Amino acid sequence: MHQYVFVVIGVLMAIAAVRLVTTKNVVHGALYLLMVLAGAAAIFILLLAEFVGWVQVLLYIGAVVVLLLFGLMLTRAPIGRTALDNQSRALAALVAGAIFAMTSMVLVRAFDGQMIDFSQTLTVRTLGGVLFTKYVLPFEVVSVLLLAALVGAVVLAKRDE
Amino acid sequence: MPEGYFGDYFTFGMFAGLVVVLVGGTLLLARLVRPRVDKDEKLSTYECGVDPIGGGWTQSTVRYYIFALLFVIFDVEAVFLFPWATVFEEIGIFAFIEMMIFIAILGLGLVYAWRKKVLEWI
Repeated sequence: MHQYVFVVIGVLMAIAAVRLVTTKNVVHGALYLLMVLAGAAAIFILLLAEFVGWVQVLLYIGAVVVLLLFGLMLTRAPIGRTALDNQSRALAALVAGAIFAMTSMVLVRAFDGQMIDFSQTLTVRTLGGVLFTKYVLPFEVVSVLLLAALVGAVVLAKRDE
Repeated sequence: MPEGYFGDYFTFGMFAGLVVVLVGGTLLLARLVRPRVDKDEKLSTYECGVDPIGGGWTQSTVRYYIFALLFVIFDVEAVFLFPWATVFEEIGIFAFIEMMIFIAILGLGLVYAWRKKVLEWI
């Protein structure tokens, strides 16, 4: 049962992802991105990581896609193939392929042979337990990353005036 | 498999499916019985008004973007507060200091945005 649901979600995500990069309307692209991210959230829920799945919905669908749409609205309407495409598709395919190969390799090497424990859900408490003891440093680094994003946005906004 | 985990989602899915069927069915029924008028005037923005000029896309100001980004950043911060709150009693003062550092670093960014006057709506 798990596998069938996973395959259905995966196929839907793949279709949306292909449409995302081939659509001519950038706003439609953002909506396809939303569909891909919703699929990722569904996979998290399928793997019993309920909190992570709903955070995905809240942050990516609720916030990042909104940010992306605001970003699009800052630009002049670039609808049509020529405005969006700078024609260097071979290079783009190479970079995308390299990133795919590298992330797959890292994931396989890190988690090869490990099984997900399907006897219990990943609770917020478990997550909090490891986040605030074992992964304290990454957690604090996240705040620096967010600070960098904020400062970058302020600089961009000031330059426009 | 934890008891009732997928059952809850299945119930939710049933209701979601019902919503789609009801709304879709109503729209389909309306399409079948309503009269159709194939005229350009009917599709224009103001059927009985001034004809619109140009496209519907307007460039918005960068200020909206700043507020959207601030929203994302503090949304992320708020999400981290949930797992923190569940383990706060177990870990105690250490967890408190961790979160205060986290909030202070982000607060610094907010102060920066404030001092640079990007939060003012002119």
